[in-house]
Amino acid sequence: MKQYSILRLITKLLLPLILLFALYVQFHGDFGPGGGFQAGVIFAAGFVLYALVYGLDNARRLMPTWLPRLGISLGVLIYAGVGVAGMLLGGAFLDYGVLDPHDPVHGQHLGILLVELGVGITVASVMISIFHAFAGRGR
Amino acid sequence: MVTALAVIRLRDLFAVVMLFGIYSLLSASLFVVLDAVDVAFTEASVGAGVATVFMLGTLALTTSREKTPAAHKPLLPLLAVLVTGAALIYGTFDIPHYGDPGNPIHQHVAPRYLEDSAEEIGIPNVVSSVLASYRGYDTLGEVTVVFTAAIGVLLLIGDARRRRSEDRSRPDHEEDA
Repeated sequence: MKQYSILRLITKLLLPLILLFALYVQFHGDFGPGGGFQAGVIFAAGFVLYALVYGLDNARRLMPTWLPRLGISLGVLIYAGVGVAGMLLGGAFLDYGVLDPHDPVHGQHLGILLVELGVGITVASVMISIFHAFAGRGR
Repeated sequence: MVTALAVIRLRDLFAVVMLFGIYSLLSASLFVVLDAVDVAFTEASVGAGVATVFMLGTLALTTSREKTPAAHKPLLPLLAVLVTGAALIYGTFDIPHYGDPGNPIHQHVAPRYLEDSAEEIGIPNVVSSVLASYRGYDTLGEVTVVFTAAIGVLLLIGDARRRRSEDRSRPDHEEDA
């Protein structure tokens, strides 16, 4: 898509906004609508847009194949790790209240934030990986 | 409804994918009307956004015309669909009215979540606290499902491609998807 300069320019302008919005949805999910699933998809959509306009090779340079593949398992690991951490601190599995010894509510905050982060990482990585696999196969 | 019917009738798969996107967006606005913003958000981003792109990617790999099916008798499938549909609609007669505060769904754990989550979890979005804390196991299961699905897809189409492309020397041309 070398010839569509308007498309390329608009993509360049939009990309940081999309990624920023994804992060906002990710970390503001406690207060407004949103959370890990939505944020991960929006984050991945940014990279998908980039790959569509600038080509898969450039997208691979931006996001090497191994990175989302690592992220797929990393997200699940973070989620389950938070659960195990709760167990080690003397609570039940996925009981975030014990994460902060002074204030269970803070522990809940921390737990939800980490868990949503894990969800977001996994979902974004899955989407980017699958898109790269699809787009790379036709060549 | 109109888009769904059009999806069934059309043979041009490109138009079908686009109509699916529109359908998702319409359902997303329906969810907003029902005050389920989180669900609407997911539907808009996944259904209308990424799923459409994935389906387009699939079309690029295969073909964008649906094969005309061989002539078959539609009567038996139609009968099965009608009977099933009638049974389902008959089942809805026993469902309590939408929005009725006496519904079982409003009597069980929902009031406790709504009343106590502000003190126990301390975040304003009750959907988030239910999703991540009260129902943490379920969400962990969902993430594991996504994880497993991705592993499956990548095993099917991801690595096979890489192995083959290492063997043959392919011309390195610009992607124009």
